[in-house]
Amino acid sequence: MNLLAVWLGKSVLLALRALGRRGNALPGLVVEKVFPSFLPRALARLDDGVVVITGTNGKTTTTKMIATILGERYRVLTNDSGSNFVRGAITACVEHATWGGRLPFDVGIFELDEAWAVRFVALVPPQRALLLNVMRDQLDRFGEIDTTAGLLGTVAAATTGHVVLNRDDERVAALAERTGAQVSYYGVAPQLRELFPNDEELYGGPVSRSTKPASAELRSLPAGEQPHITLRVAGSDHEVLLRADGPHNAQNAAGAVALALTFGLDTATVLAGLAKVSPAFGRGQSFDVDGRRLVLQLVKNPAGFRQTLRTLDGVTGADAIVVAINDDYADGRDVSWLWDVDFAALAAPASSGAHRSTAGTRAADMAVRLRYDGIDVDEVEPDLEKAVRVAVSAVPAGGHVVVFSTYTAMWALHAILLRIGQAV
Amino acid sequence: MKLIHLYPREMNIYGDTGNVLVLMCRLQWRGLPVEVAPVSVGDPLPHDADILLGGGGQDAAQGEIGADFAGRGAELRAMADDGVVMLTICGTYQMLGHEFVTQEGRRIAGAGVLDVVTHGQAERLIGNNFVDTTDAGRLVGYENHSGLTELGPGVRALGSTQSGRGNNGRDRTEGAVRDNVIGTYLHGPVLAKSPRFADELLRLALARRGSDTDLEPLDDTLAEQAARVAVGRPR
Ligand SMILES: [Zn+2]
Repeated sequence: MNLLAVWLGKSVLLALRALGRRGNALPGLVVEKVFPSFLPRALARLDDGVVVITGTNGKTTTTKMIATILGERYRVLTNDSGSNFVRGAITACVEHATWGGRLPFDVGIFELDEAWAVRFVALVPPQRALLLNVMRDQLDRFGEIDTTAGLLGTVAAATTGHVVLNRDDERVAALAERTGAQVSYYGVAPQLRELFPNDEELYGGPVSRSTKPASAELRSLPAGEQPHITLRVAGSDHEVLLRADGPHNAQNAAGAVALALTFGLDTATVLAGLAKVSPAFGRGQSFDVDGRRLVLQLVKNPAGFRQTLRTLDGVTGADAIVVAINDDYADGRDVSWLWDVDFAALAAPASSGAHRSTAGTRAADMAVRLRYDGIDVDEVEPDLEKAVRVAVSAVPAGGHVVVFSTYTAMWALHAILLRIGQAV
Repeated sequence: MKLIHLYPREMNIYGDTGNVLVLMCRLQWRGLPVEVAPVSVGDPLPHDADILLGGGGQDAAQGEIGADFAGRGAELRAMADDGVVMLTICGTYQMLGHEFVTQEGRRIAGAGVLDVVTHGQAERLIGNNFVDTTDAGRLVGYENHSGLTELGPGVRALGSTQSGRGNNGRDRTEGAVRDNVIGTYLHGPVLAKSPRFADELLRLALARRGSDTDLEPLDDTLAEQAARVAVGRPR
């Protein structure tokens, strides 16, 4: 570990804090420029190596699950602040290192988007990788889905110990061919398979069912009075109470368990860890604004948006619905993906009485999209704070507001909501 | 009015299916009956279609449907001669041409409906794009393609690109038109923010049937606002 690099990074962090800024990329950037080999050298010292989690949907929640599970037994370094980048990882290293330059961790667990994962594994070959799914997302960056799958293939090829693959995503399952590492799979039971369409299936292709054995398999979802999910591990079924709801979080839990099992932990330890996971940033966080409860839901691609709308079926008590669409670089400049989402849930009788509005840079685009699904919105307000205030004032005290939001709008809304209300 | 939706499963990337929805709604909102016929690999083409719509796809999907599509060449040319309105985006536009030559030099025959030839290349042309046309005003969409298309004398350009790379990144042309057949690289879907263009297509189809081409005006304030915003955004 380079003592100077740690001191440099820590100084930048301290300076940022003194300015009241939540710095994440900058300390990493400075250290990367001055000590380019800092990260590989620091991470090479971790006894239990590095885990990379990547794929289109579910990275943040799954990473949080794995970090929590492994936290039962290991000292875990993770990029838990929503940052997807190598610089975020450097920042995390310098932030947590001692001033003596020691990194007090056993294992590094990093969430990386597909393109960054490729750059990262070139610097730091991971011992383990968990590859989740490949959906159409940010095609303005990657061009097409097969290209994205190719990026994950590069990650699989660079992994030295164990690759865990989603057997239910054919593009991901096929990456077993690309790696010399050990391979295992996670998956969902055949009868649940239709709830988790891959990209082809979303557009009318037949549902395929994999016969590959899964080291962790999701067997059932919460239903009615029964709040548990059931996971099958090593031939026996276990009930787990997940605090993050929605079918895809249950699927991600199977992935997290399959990855954790590669560390040789026993099933009881793994599942006990899983039950401690709280929702990740923007995945169902709640706020109180003037006595109204507001829930933020991150949406960033057609598959994810559809799944999140499905959870709305259970939240039909929404009195106001806001859809906030930004088109900054991190959101994806191209908003045509909104036409690959079916918004029937927002037109359903249960939400028909709700106040409905669109917000963000592409508020008008979103309103046009809804109009062609038969939904006339009450308000088109690009300004996020105004949009939230209008929605809140349209709802009686004690009412519910659900906000669907793209990535950059989410960060802005988070700051706004902490200012005009409080997290609950 | 009968709409053919060509290869809904394979060619639907970047929201192009939205073009089907836009035309369908704009007919229904005016009380005009409409029927959509999906046509996949191996399905026969309905002979009584007024409008044919096709979208962009993955390069691999384009390979899968290539033979099926080329086999429909004579039929598609006859439909084009007969004045059927066609709006084809990106991959389907390329395949309506004479051929697509891959980067490796492999030649994939197209349907020969449009006098254009496309060459694959490594760089993708990606970004917000708006295009000025003489008949349908400004078209606003998003381009994302790696093929470079050259127009022959048998077609005219759909318009000239203002902010994007267009057909080939070189001559500012975007899209191609012959009779009532239109090919373009504009995703978005293009009709969502270009309502005048959408109605222009409907009018062409109504005129071909000998029907009244007066379309009841719709409130397109939101689409126009969305178009203005898009034009002002970074590429
Ligand atoms: Zn395209």
